[in-house]
Amino acid sequence: MLEIKDLHVKVKDKDILKGINLTVHPGELHAIMGRNGSGKSTLANAIAGQDSYEITSGDILFNGTSIVAESPEERALAGIFMSFQYPVIIPGVNNTYFLKAALNAKRKHQGKTELDAVEFLKLIREKLAVVEMDEKYLHRAVNDGFSGGEKKQNEILQMLTLEPALAILDETDSGLDIDALKIVAAGINNYRRDDRAIVIITHYQRILKYLEADYVHVLINGKIAKTGGENLAEQLEDKGYSWLDN
Amino acid sequence: MKTQNKTIEKVTSQDYQYGFVTDIEQDTIPPGLNEDVIRLISNKKDEPDWLINWRLKAYKNWLKMNEPDWAKVDYPEIDYQSISYYSAPKDKSDGPKSLDEVDPELVKTYEKLGIPLEEQKMLAGVAVDAIFDSVSVATTFKEDLKKAGVIFCPFSEAVQDHPDLVKKYLGSVVPYTDNYFAALNSAVFSDGSFIYIPKGVRCPMELSTYFRINAMNTGQFERTLIVADEGSHVSYLEGCTAPMRDENQLHAAVVELVAHKDAEIKYSTVQNWYPGNPETGKGGVYNFVTKRGICAGSNSKISWTQVETGSAITWKYPSCILKGDGSVGEFYSVAVANNFQQADTGTKMIHSGKNTRSTIISKGISAGKGQNTYRGQVKIMKNAENARNYSQCDSILIGDQCSAHTFPYIDVRNPSAQMEHEASTSTIGEDQLFYCNQRGISTEDAVSLIVNGFCKEVFRELPMEFAVEAQKLMEVTLEGSVG
Repeated sequence: MLEIKDLHVKVKDKDILKGINLTVHPGELHAIMGRNGSGKSTLANAIAGQDSYEITSGDILFNGTSIVAESPEERALAGIFMSFQYPVIIPGVNNTYFLKAALNAKRKHQGKTELDAVEFLKLIREKLAVVEMDEKYLHRAVNDGFSGGEKKQNEILQMLTLEPALAILDETDSGLDIDALKIVAAGINNYRRDDRAIVIITHYQRILKYLEADYVHVLINGKIAKTGGENLAEQLEDKGYSWLDN
Repeated sequence: MKTQNKTIEKVTSQDYQYGFVTDIEQDTIPPGLNEDVIRLISNKKDEPDWLINWRLKAYKNWLKMNEPDWAKVDYPEIDYQSISYYSAPKDKSDGPKSLDEVDPELVKTYEKLGIPLEEQKMLAGVAVDAIFDSVSVATTFKEDLKKAGVIFCPFSEAVQDHPDLVKKYLGSVVPYTDNYFAALNSAVFSDGSFIYIPKGVRCPMELSTYFRINAMNTGQFERTLIVADEGSHVSYLEGCTAPMRDENQLHAAVVELVAHKDAEIKYSTVQNWYPGNPETGKGGVYNFVTKRGICAGSNSKISWTQVETGSAITWKYPSCILKGDGSVGEFYSVAVANNFQQADTGTKMIHSGKNTRSTIISKGISAGKGQNTYRGQVKIMKNAENARNYSQCDSILIGDQCSAHTFPYIDVRNPSAQMEHEASTSTIGEDQLFYCNQRGISTEDAVSLIVNGFCKEVFRELPMEFAVEAQKLMEVTLEGSVG
């Protein structure tokens, strides 16, 4: 589904990613771990197509097609979703309205009819229940006045609503208390299916207790230094990253 | 980053979609202004002596006045002698009685704008007094209004049919000595709307007028007068677009509202005149408007709602004089300055009655090289016990070449007054656009989403059908702002 080939990425003239290779198949969950500044978020943003991340060489293929020349919305419409590390506040724009606009943009792209308000509300209520969010969040502006945990729940709500093929979760577990962490993990598990893939970027092993990761990759200085199974995450929890430096 | 800027540029540089010229024969007098021209205008309308004299007094007063220069707008000097002060479409005998009798070219023009009169009539039940250039050419729903006792007619007709009312109220809120543009208007006004709602009557429908400028070098000088008698209620809508022109068009309208005891007037405007060439700023409409209402009686209410998306220059301060005890004044405004547009707009709330209240909600949107100024005054007079004002002035900036300015003037002469003022400035950030893009929403749609969210407090004050139109206009305008 996702194939990253020798990816080099520059941010403000600084080389951050220095040759990433990663293949993600449908149904898989990959965890990417690493220190602050190792390039984890850069990888997520490069896949999503953030303008300020400049791909100097290498390629990103989604379902066999290179996407590096595509705009962020083209990638999104093709089925790539990124849960933001810092979800953006959009004052004045109703959360429901935003979600409906996003969903209908996608449906339109897929040649489906747009959902009307009643159909949408029915759908969104189901999804709200999964992430245990109160309906009152629908009537607030996008992420405006949301706590850190609520913002992340809102990201998961968007993911569940838009049903992308690939979800990149950038530190979705950061700043969550244990209850919120469980809710977010339940949302991710609810989303998970054989034809969908997840790449989760995290600092901590703790969310992986609730998710079944197929692969754990350790990113060090812009390269994948080690790949393993869930036990690799446990090792990192015990030993930190220094044993992987060389 | 680069791509984003390009998108912003692309989106902000789209052309005015409503620019076209309708080919209708015009009856225009040569450019220039003097007493003879004023007499000529007056004669064409067969006006009584008192009105000719009033115009002439206004003209003499205007000659002694100076064009105001305090607004934050820049424009080349206007040569008032190069403007033609009267233009009327050639009418067929006594004028049309139904849409079938209206010049088909005109109907086509409205259809191009997506506001066909017929559909409007049927769907919205709106009585439309269409003003094309200077003379009203279509009047509908007269019968229904007549039954209710409501007078809704072209100003020139009111002068003939209801001279006492016109004489009593004309200039009573905006005297010809008020300001330069009001004096000019008083001297040369061509036509406009006159509305009188009798005691205790709730006007059975929204009243609406579509204005349009369509003649080269012809100043447009509308005069509107609305009088709501005791306990009556009226909602009036005006909206306009103008065809693309390469020459500046001067517009100096005057609107006067009078609300008697327990009466309520709601005045809504959607203004979309040609803003000028998007690349040079050339050719846009200069809009110098004086709008003022007086809450003359106790517990009366005047509410202004405006959506100003057009014009090269906007100079406009719809105001309320809160004279009656317990009277209420409201001002809800969205003003857009895109490309080379300059807007200096706001309101004045003059509290002279006791327990008077006013609310000001102003939303300024600046994009391209646009310059947007809010200028507002809240004045609490000495005897205005327990006056209250709430003001909120928000600005949003799109791109990095535009500007927003806020000049709130507050003058309190009574210690019991309660004043609240809030202001904010925000930008449409690239992070917001990327967030929307990542959810599959295009940059253009994202901007429209954000701007409509920003404006919703004002849009919801508009009557339903205008709220939809305002959103549509906003999209068109902001396809030239940041998508």
